[in-house]
Amino acid sequence: MKLLVTFSRKGGHEPVIARTVKETGVLINVERAHIDSHAGEVLIDVPEESAEQVCRSMREAGANVKVLEDAVIRDQNECIDCGACVSVCPQDVFAFDEDWHLQLHGERCVLCGKCVVACPHNALSILE
Amino acid sequence: MKKSIDLINERIRDGNARVVSAEEMPDIVQELGEEGALMEVDVVTTGTFGAMCSSGAFFNFGHADPPIRMERIWLNDVEAYAGIAAVDAYLGAASDSDTQGMEYGGAHVLEDLVAGNPVELRAISRGTDCYPRKTITTELYLEDLNHAIMCNPRNAFQRYAAATNTSDRTLHTYMGTLLPHAGNISFSGAGTLSPLANDPHMRVIGSGVPIFLCGARGMVVGEGTQASPGSGFGNLMTTGDMKEMSQDFLRAATFTGYGATLYVGVGIPLPVVDIGVVRSTAVRDEDISTPIVDYGIPRRDRPTLRTVTYADLKRGTIEIDGEEIRTSSLSSYRKAREVAEELKKWIETGQMVLSMPTRTIDAGRTVHPIRETALAPRVKEIMDKNVVSIAEDEEIRTAARNLLRGETNHLPVLNGEGKLVGIVTTYDISKAVVRPDSGPRVRDIMTRKVIKTTPDEPVDIAAQKLERHNISALPVVDDTDRLLGMLTAIDLGKLFGGRWRR
Repeated sequence: MKLLVTFSRKGGHEPVIARTVKETGVLINVERAHIDSHAGEVLIDVPEESAEQVCRSMREAGANVKVLEDAVIRDQNECIDCGACVSVCPQDVFAFDEDWHLQLHGERCVLCGKCVVACPHNALSILE
Repeated sequence: MKKSIDLINERIRDGNARVVSAEEMPDIVQELGEEGALMEVDVVTTGTFGAMCSSGAFFNFGHADPPIRMERIWLNDVEAYAGIAAVDAYLGAASDSDTQGMEYGGAHVLEDLVAGNPVELRAISRGTDCYPRKTITTELYLEDLNHAIMCNPRNAFQRYAAATNTSDRTLHTYMGTLLPHAGNISFSGAGTLSPLANDPHMRVIGSGVPIFLCGARGMVVGEGTQASPGSGFGNLMTTGDMKEMSQDFLRAATFTGYGATLYVGVGIPLPVVDIGVVRSTAVRDEDISTPIVDYGIPRRDRPTLRTVTYADLKRGTIEIDGEEIRTSSLSSYRKAREVAEELKKWIETGQMVLSMPTRTIDAGRTVHPIRETALAPRVKEIMDKNVVSIAEDEEIRTAARNLLRGETNHLPVLNGEGKLVGIVTTYDISKAVVRPDSGPRVRDIMTRKVIKTTPDEPVDIAAQKLERHNISALPVVDDTDRLLGMLTAIDLGKLFGGRWRR
């Protein structure tokens, strides 16, 4: 399960992820991270059964945690099932079914945004 | 055996015609044999739905009171061509909006009209005795126009070259987003369902042939502009009444970094009049090959990395140099099927009868590049051939001396064989003075990844390199990396005021 963790670094440089791993013993996979001197935004992947525990531990450390479901949003009125998004996605979120309808596996998305730029029909957006 | 077009039309009118899609035809031919398929099938429907930039429409707006001779016309801030009489215009799909840029273009105006949305017309004129008015601004719906006739100079290419990119940056092209280092492959076209792929010799497709165009009953005008059927890239000029069109089969789009374009649904019914048509409509994805072209090379003649079939492309991955590369389609195969199915319904219910071309298209024609009377300037014509360079094992102090002697900021670095291996700038020398621990030799401080050019590269492309990498000089090398000269921003100045000024 993917979790989007955001935290402020104003109150000191708390090692939020390291602390959570140590505390919970859950193996956290960091898929994307953007951390500067003021704030951090980290996208992590954790086993579904441990998600609640990880969320709790991180919140206790002062972080905001959001569960990512349907991270990539498709406007069905605009999408024409061309497939321009398929090969630009690093996570294999998009694939065709037998009838050439585009299928989304939103749970794999790491919010990179490449598909949003690649879509000629302005049909894709990602969670803010 | 042959079947006349009259017999086929008689069957259509009676509701007895056997109509199949081009996707179904190959299996039928395999099962019944060519003669059997000729007896069994009357019409094969084709379809494609993809980006066709070369599309647009003629409009007649009607006269105003007092009347105006519209000399420049904008529809929702997208300029249309007004050099055709007083209240007429041609709006091209690829034209960009004056206010919103490529996010909204002619294609979006066309879709808005077909969707039933109002569009603002703005026109200006110098005023004449017969047309005194100078400006007009009004809101129009499609139904308000006297005529809105789509006329697309080139649609429905037989096949499209697929695209990849071996350069080290992401490219935004009319073939979509191309990731660096051949990170993906994009392609377009419906393969087995594509109209011209089912009649490559133009035997039953030609002027006057009825077609499905964006949901309207349209017609083939004739050969499209830039059509090159002799090299496997035929296309068609098409026309149809926009008032009959549906948003289901006409969609505006924008390719990031490139521009606006129109997704057009085109389908052509092919009358099965003889064995020749049976054979050409038996074509499968496996039989239609197309090159994968490297868009990383910014020239007209781009290298082909591999030739593949539409079956390979549709499978989702292609192998190049031992690596599996994912493919993306830019056209919609689902919608192509919808076009072919819709067309099938029209013919089965007698809403469309067929005709043979009133004028045939030359299937052997090929096109050539533009005749350029002034060749684009090449690097060798403006580069500086008196270059001061340095060997990689020299001391930094010597490099500093050479820079001063050459009155330059860039010093190409050569190895023992005289090949370019790096570059040193005054900035690198300054850094080395401040931080002396990096090492005493030129090779210790030089930049090894050199952005370079060749003598025959067009200056425009070299200038793009300077701009993109934010640098001010490019070493000029031959095929073996031997240094021939330097191209600097100062050399580019020679283009202005010199013999290249036109």
